[in-house]
Amino acid sequence: MEVNKTMVENLAHLSRLHFTDEEKNALEQDLQSIISFVEKLGEVDTTGVQPLQHMSTEVNVLRDDIVQGSITREEAMLNAPATDKTFFKVPKVIKK
Amino acid sequence: MNMTADKYEVVIGLEVHAQLATASKLFCGDSIAFGAAPNTHVSPVTLGHPGTLPKTNKKAVEYAIKMGIACNCEIERYNYFARKNYFYPDLPKGYQVSQHTTPICKGGYITIKTENGGTRNVQLNRIHMEEDAGKSIHTMDDEYTYVDYNRAGTPLIEIVTEPDLHSAEEAYQYVTEVRRLVQWIGVCDGNMEEGSLRCDANVSIRLKGETELGTKVEVKNLNSIRNVKHAIQYEVERMIQMAEAGERIIQQTRSFDADTDTTFSIRDKEEANDYRYFAEPDLAPFILSDTFIESVQKSLPALPQALQHKYQNALGLSEYDAAQLCMDKATTEYFDGTLAFTKNYKAVANWINGPVKSYLNEHKILLEQFGLSAQQLAGIIELVEGGKVNFSVASTKILPVLAAESNSNAADIASRLNLLQVSDTNELEAWVEQALENMPDKVKEYQKGKKGLIGLFVGEVKKLSKGKADPKVVTTLLEQKLNK
Repeated sequence: MEVNKTMVENLAHLSRLHFTDEEKNALEQDLQSIISFVEKLGEVDTTGVQPLQHMSTEVNVLRDDIVQGSITREEAMLNAPATDKTFFKVPKVIKK
Repeated sequence: MNMTADKYEVVIGLEVHAQLATASKLFCGDSIAFGAAPNTHVSPVTLGHPGTLPKTNKKAVEYAIKMGIACNCEIERYNYFARKNYFYPDLPKGYQVSQHTTPICKGGYITIKTENGGTRNVQLNRIHMEEDAGKSIHTMDDEYTYVDYNRAGTPLIEIVTEPDLHSAEEAYQYVTEVRRLVQWIGVCDGNMEEGSLRCDANVSIRLKGETELGTKVEVKNLNSIRNVKHAIQYEVERMIQMAEAGERIIQQTRSFDADTDTTFSIRDKEEANDYRYFAEPDLAPFILSDTFIESVQKSLPALPQALQHKYQNALGLSEYDAAQLCMDKATTEYFDGTLAFTKNYKAVANWINGPVKSYLNEHKILLEQFGLSAQQLAGIIELVEGGKVNFSVASTKILPVLAAESNSNAADIASRLNLLQVSDTNELEAWVEQALENMPDKVKEYQKGKKGLIGLFVGEVKKLSKGKADPKVVTTLLEQKLNK
């Protein structure tokens, strides 16, 4: 797969990250070498092998429907950049 | 307009999100109760803190299967969740955990009523599980959006139809049926005002005979059944006008304004979103055994359409009566309960659909809050059917008293309030004579041939007897006297 500038910009946008042109160039090259490295795996014939979705072999790890484990609002807001002590505040996402 | 509209076929697919009626969230133990103070039903899992691990709520899985069985779906045995990645402040983790690509229920159908009085199966594509997002409030501040994460992580099922609905009316019937079904089997409270049930509609039009689907518009967050209907009506009309004017319909996401019954664009969706789905590594897959699925199936109550069929065919009720009873499960349970004490099926149906329903409406209470037991209702019905009390006295005088006295029975109330019907001829004759004396002019008119006046005389006797006179005997006595 060939990594190009548009792809880097698209990935940056999806991750909400901002880069300078210089950084973008560096990222393009880094990503290209990472992807080429991983693409090596494509040479293995995996016909008939199910994709490995989960690293653990555990299945059916379910819990009973019991209310427990909530924290207080004060605790919940300890790391929040902006609150009014009741709600989390984020930059306005809708323009009126 | 109608002539023009006839040229087009409307194609609608609906996505209904139903919040499952569990106690806790899909992947952690926060309560999902509606109406709590903002940001009090939250935990590190809900808030997406690093290092936290989700764990799937078994009850939510059970409820999803329940709905799948009720909708005749195929139940997937091997299940896992995936991450749907996107940024929005109401989604703390930056991804929604969803079964979008590998649904727990596949195919199936929901039967709806059609406009000509028949029924039709609306084909489902799938039902899958996913978590709800938090709630954003945009109106509290000019600079900030306020977010409440109580709802984040609430278990949802998304019920997705094939593009198999063809009018606003069909969509209305479909959502009505979904709502009845989820309430009936107890997987969701169906409360659209509180957002427990929400609907998105994908609407497109095409010329009749065309096989390819037209460009679709998605109308989001329809929070009442009425809004589903009105939004689709508006959207169809808008699209037809555009098509007639030669304009190109573009793929859009629109929202509905219930004040004006119109829709407006919230974003153009020319290119598909890139959600980068991948299997959620933090949640182990779950494998459903036949035994587990069978146990869920056994826990399902008889479904409304099966019950209606039974009431019509086994008990001989009219389609209307049976359908009225099957509007909700509580009513059918009350009906079935009453049948343990009386075999007057038709009368029980009439009483529940008539006086009982009126009483509930008048007092603005639910059947579950109604004080009249099935046995007490059966007692009233037996009194009326046995000719001991007339229907209107029973429904207006005995029913309200009994509803407030859980230890009394209808016969006791009737004698205590002196309401038992008098069929004793001597006592009746006195009232009959009194009635005729009160209206000499009318008597003359009757004797001149105005036979319709008999009802008036019966009414007068009823009044004099305070409703206790048996109207059948009274009519006979009156006729004897008048035709002498």
